[in-house]
Amino acid sequence: MAIFILFFLFIGTTIDYLYFDAFTAAGPTFPIATIFSLSFATLTTLTAYYGGGEIILSSLGAEKLNLRIPEHRELHNIVTEMALASGSAMPRVYVIFDPAPNALATGSNEKNAAICVTTGLLTLLDREETQGVVAHEVSHIRNEDILLMTLVSILLGGIAILADWGRRGFYSSRSGRQLSKKNPLVFIPLLILIALSPLIARLLAMAVSRQREYLADAGAAQYTRNPRGLAHALEKIRDASMPFHKATRGTAHLFFVNPLRRRVNDRDGRLAGLLASHPPIARRIALLYRMAGLPQSAVQRSRVQMVQ
Amino acid sequence: MIFVIWGVIFVIGIWLISTYNGLTALRLRIQNAWRQIDVQLKRRYDLIPNLVETVKGYMQHEQDTLQKVIEARSQAMASKGAKQAAEAENMLNQSLGKIFLLMENYPDLKANKNVLDLQEELTTTENQITFARQYYNDLVTQYNTKQQVFPSNMLAGFFGFKPSELFEAAEAEKAVPRVNLSLSR
Repeated sequence: MAIFILFFLFIGTTIDYLYFDAFTAAGPTFPIATIFSLSFATLTTLTAYYGGGEIILSSLGAEKLNLRIPEHRELHNIVTEMALASGSAMPRVYVIFDPAPNALATGSNEKNAAICVTTGLLTLLDREETQGVVAHEVSHIRNEDILLMTLVSILLGGIAILADWGRRGFYSSRSGRQLSKKNPLVFIPLLILIALSPLIARLLAMAVSRQREYLADAGAAQYTRNPRGLAHALEKIRDASMPFHKATRGTAHLFFVNPLRRRVNDRDGRLAGLLASHPPIARRIALLYRMAGLPQSAVQRSRVQMVQ
Repeated sequence: MIFVIWGVIFVIGIWLISTYNGLTALRLRIQNAWRQIDVQLKRRYDLIPNLVETVKGYMQHEQDTLQKVIEARSQAMASKGAKQAAEAENMLNQSLGKIFLLMENYPDLKANKNVLDLQEELTTTENQITFARQYYNDLVTQYNTKQQVFPSNMLAGFFGFKPSELFEAAEAEKAVPRVNLSLSR
């Protein structure tokens, strides 16, 4: 979160320095762009914090559970179990009526978190596997990923707008004249940075998101003491292979598996690894099986401690 | 020089306060986790007579097994302390597992919606008990570790923090493979 606000601060001051001659005697008394981009960052952060979860849930068409339906009650029970296992408060539970198997967690903190599951996931997976998926989402809540991820989806849009603004200023003649007075060694790299900032922000967000997925998988294994359930769930979902149409590039990183299913995600190359919002499924499954098998993994250690 | 001494005192003070508060918070969370387990256990005790009543009509030949479940339930309800409770619970688990296995032989039962609902309720209650205990044990391990490692052990000894008791699964339960309570769909 702080990184993102710093990022905004940086873009703002750079624009000020280049176009408005701020920080010199001739310039305006206020660094306009800095203040503008800072307040923009604060505003989006506040929106994300207080309403981000609701915005995302309603944009995906999530509905509350109907406890008369046995499958919904089972889901409710499973979420209760995982809340107990992780020692956190019971999150709100939603379903999306969609055949694509997927799930997400959103909200700002543990107390107003929500878990959302598609009906496709409920029909595809058995109890043990659903438990693994729910544990993964609860672990996102416990690791405080949900606020971060909700912020990321709203801030990604914001950075793109600011950078666009900065780039357009470059072509106008007034600022062109101002630029010629400055040291080219300073302003050329800065301009390149502004032009690239949406891409940088995206890479940053994706890198954070991928690491968080591994962490949540490990957390799920810790809560269920059963990494195989989650591994089987991932295998089934991989084989079902179905894109989830309501998801967009802005919300893709919130999901349990990549809902867009661009081909780049399934490869394990270096470039593919940089651009993907989720780690390759095969690698996630392999790691989970390793947790189930090898004694030196974290899961096994905690189990040994408990028995002693 | 005097600043260095004040600095050291300040750092030690901060450490004392945070360690003491950390231990106290853990102790309270452990107490809360223990109460959580009790809530789940109570719910299971309430569910068992319902299940027995519902399946009684179908399972004419298994009256002995049903009787055993009822007995195990009352024993578990009367038990005191972590050790004794674990043994009684173990008995109850085994007899319940037997009933669920026997139910596979009665197709009528598997089609009965009431029974299916009860079964899901019992399954989730069992799981909730397991997970609540797991969480309790995780907390206790954390608490006890903190009391024994240097340097927080000095503080724990001075303020009289006592290690908590882990909830141990009975040896028999470890050997028996876990029974899957849900009917195959």
